[in-house]
Amino acid sequence: MGAVQHSNFSQESLDQWFDQRFAEKMAERDAARTPSMTIIATKGALDMAYPPFILASTASALGWDVSIFFTFYGLSLLKKNLDLQVTPLGNPAMPMKLPNGTELPIPTSIMALMPGFQSMASGMMKKTLKTKGVASIEELRELCIEADVKLIACQMTVDLFDYGKEEFIPEIADWVGAASFLPIAQKADVNLFV
Amino acid sequence: MNTPAAQTLDARGLNCPLPILRTKKAIASLSVGEVLEVTATDPGSLKDMESFCAQTGNELLASGQSGGDFFFRIRKS
Repeated sequence: MGAVQHSNFSQESLDQWFDQRFAEKMAERDAARTPSMTIIATKGALDMAYPPFILASTASALGWDVSIFFTFYGLSLLKKNLDLQVTPLGNPAMPMKLPNGTELPIPTSIMALMPGFQSMASGMMKKTLKTKGVASIEELRELCIEADVKLIACQMTVDLFDYGKEEFIPEIADWVGAASFLPIAQKADVNLFV
Repeated sequence: MNTPAAQTLDARGLNCPLPILRTKKAIASLSVGEVLEVTATDPGSLKDMESFCAQTGNELLASGQSGGDFFFRIRKS
């Protein structure tokens, strides 16, 4: 008679039960998981400094765990004193707008050759960013620090450019190499290279 | 049922991602169930605030636009 009872648990109903439980458990796991993101910041120009800090601060506001690995010129974004510049050189799509919105009708390739142009362009860009209510890099970096974004510095870059560690902000979480960063990136949901 | 706001946030004149970051900070100071009212001028905030609430599990009670201003009522969950 026992065999008849057991026939209730047919392979089909077992499969169905398992599929349903599995889907429930996976959904539970996904809901309990904290999403994570790692960013590799390799550029130290003003315009290239924005994406890592905007994405990192926003992701942390969404409740994600975020780490940024600063390497090569990106490392300069962690200096105590930031004097970031934007250059028209190799930036052909860069519009050259005056803070009042007027666009200069000169190709960027020609402007790049004019002495003093870079500092003028950088000054104009910073003024425009301010008028438009876009945060400064200093402000965004501060917000990232407040939000526990992990700022990781590339040790090799420090040695390469003969930097002194005292030139950098004390909030840097770690000075490491690629082998220490990659395992963090491996587990992240989003990996970006800027 | 229109719960009075426990806190208001003026994010006018600020651009992406500042309205979201300030909202996050303001919500952190509230107790569960309390309501935050946000005013912003960033047109992107309309979609971004929705996404922010969906991700963080807070409830977007209402959102709207009047002139150049965008309004949001968010209940902390």
